[in-house]
Amino acid sequence: MLLSITDLQYSFAAAHSQPVFSKLSMEASQGEFISLVGASGCGKSTLFKIIAGLLEPASGNIRISGLPSLNAASRLGKIGYMPQQDLLLPWRTVLDNCLLPWELKRDCSKEDAVQQIRGLLHRFGLAGTEAAYPQELSGGMRQRVALLRTLAAGNDLLLLDEPFGALDAITKRELHRWLLELWGGLGKTVLFITHDLEEALLLSDRIYLMTGGSCERLQEMTVDLPRPRHYQLNYQPQFIALREELERRLHESINH
Amino acid sequence: MRVSTINRLLRNYGPAALLVLLVLVVWEAAVRLGHFPPFILPAPSSVWTALVEQRSLLFGLHLPVTLQETLLGFAASVVCGTLLGVSMHLSRPLAKAVYPLLIVSQTVPLIALSPIFIMWFGYTLGGKVAVVFLTAFFPVVVGTYDGLHKSGEQYRELLLTLGANRRQLLVKIQIPLALPAFFSGLKLSIVYCVIGATIGEWLGGSKGLGYYSRRMAGNLQSAEMFAAVCLLSALGIMLFLCIIVLEKILLKKRGFHR
Repeated sequence: MLLSITDLQYSFAAAHSQPVFSKLSMEASQGEFISLVGASGCGKSTLFKIIAGLLEPASGNIRISGLPSLNAASRLGKIGYMPQQDLLLPWRTVLDNCLLPWELKRDCSKEDAVQQIRGLLHRFGLAGTEAAYPQELSGGMRQRVALLRTLAAGNDLLLLDEPFGALDAITKRELHRWLLELWGGLGKTVLFITHDLEEALLLSDRIYLMTGGSCERLQEMTVDLPRPRHYQLNYQPQFIALREELERRLHESINH
Repeated sequence: MRVSTINRLLRNYGPAALLVLLVLVVWEAAVRLGHFPPFILPAPSSVWTALVEQRSLLFGLHLPVTLQETLLGFAASVVCGTLLGVSMHLSRPLAKAVYPLLIVSQTVPLIALSPIFIMWFGYTLGGKVAVVFLTAFFPVVVGTYDGLHKSGEQYRELLLTLGANRRQLLVKIQIPLALPAFFSGLKLSIVYCVIGATIGEWLGGSKGLGYYSRRMAGNLQSAEMFAAVCLLSALGIMLFLCIIVLEKILLKKRGFHR
């Protein structure tokens, strides 16, 4: 297991308030693409911040590649985290933005780092934009650059917090198509927050349904659709059946 | 393209220039028609004449002295203000201790404190620079601290997950994000500097535009006094524009298109 979480609990600083979640357990194995869906405010983003090492949980265990992680700070820098906003630095070009992870780690020569980024930019369909500033790019391109930067940090586990949430429907579809073509070759493990059920089904191997509060156990759904997937899979009968099931289970879990 | 630039300048600044021109014409006419004695209100033309006649004294002696005091005081304010602002950002206890005092210090009328500074630092350059520093220090500290303090929590979190340490956070995001607020502080500060230098010179000394304008006022040589005041204003405007140009160059290089 690349990531395994057991009995995680978290409450906001104002103590005696109800925990955001408790007894939360989940796991992800190498190469899996897992989506987390659930109503707003159920603690999905908080969970991501805990895994990334930005927040300390009240209790519970987190194991990365089988090794227990003692505190939040020890996870910083080991897990890729991409928030909803692209957070590209406006005063840096695309290339310099993508070089940021390398600048902080300096684990190889600059030539090698630039070489690697150039290769990725090419694969991401961003060739020719390396000297551009973020504000000169479209929303979809900025999101791709932000994903590239997350990848460039070189971590096996990536946490993507609604990366396509702020995009219009057409751009989003384009990125799904692009991501499905690209994904197989990257060999990364992904946790993916989304409110878009079709997106979750299209991209994921498994889906966790988060309800938050006092839920005993995360509900889980395996997306039994063959890979490689085509972006128009969402018109197939088996996909539509899965979508119905997911929606029904989400509805039940919320009204439970 | 040339023509469009001129058109734009005319559209933006034409009305203000027209108003200034109108005021000057009315002023000149009122004095010439004998409504005011020249020692109360000198005509713009006689101010100009005074400026030309006294040019070697004004530009050769007094302006350089005032400029020197202003720039020295400004440099000291920027160095100390930036250091304090950054230290406050890095140490929460220091910020908690110093920030309220800084705000309170601004309610003290600085002009009232200036004589004390002159007493402590003397009638020479040191005293004047101290008064300039006193007036110009605060905006730099507040600009630096607020800029660093309020900038991008989300960027901070992102860099932390990339494994950044405190120094890297400061250099890679907090300083660049703080630059606009820092420059706002500098712009306020440089204007205060000219005011501080003038006050310092009023209080004593034998050189500088402030000293000169006060002496001329004492002699009822109003045209000369107005000439010195015009030069002081021009000095303030020039220095302010210098900061704006510097800001434009620096921020443009950093991709802030405004």
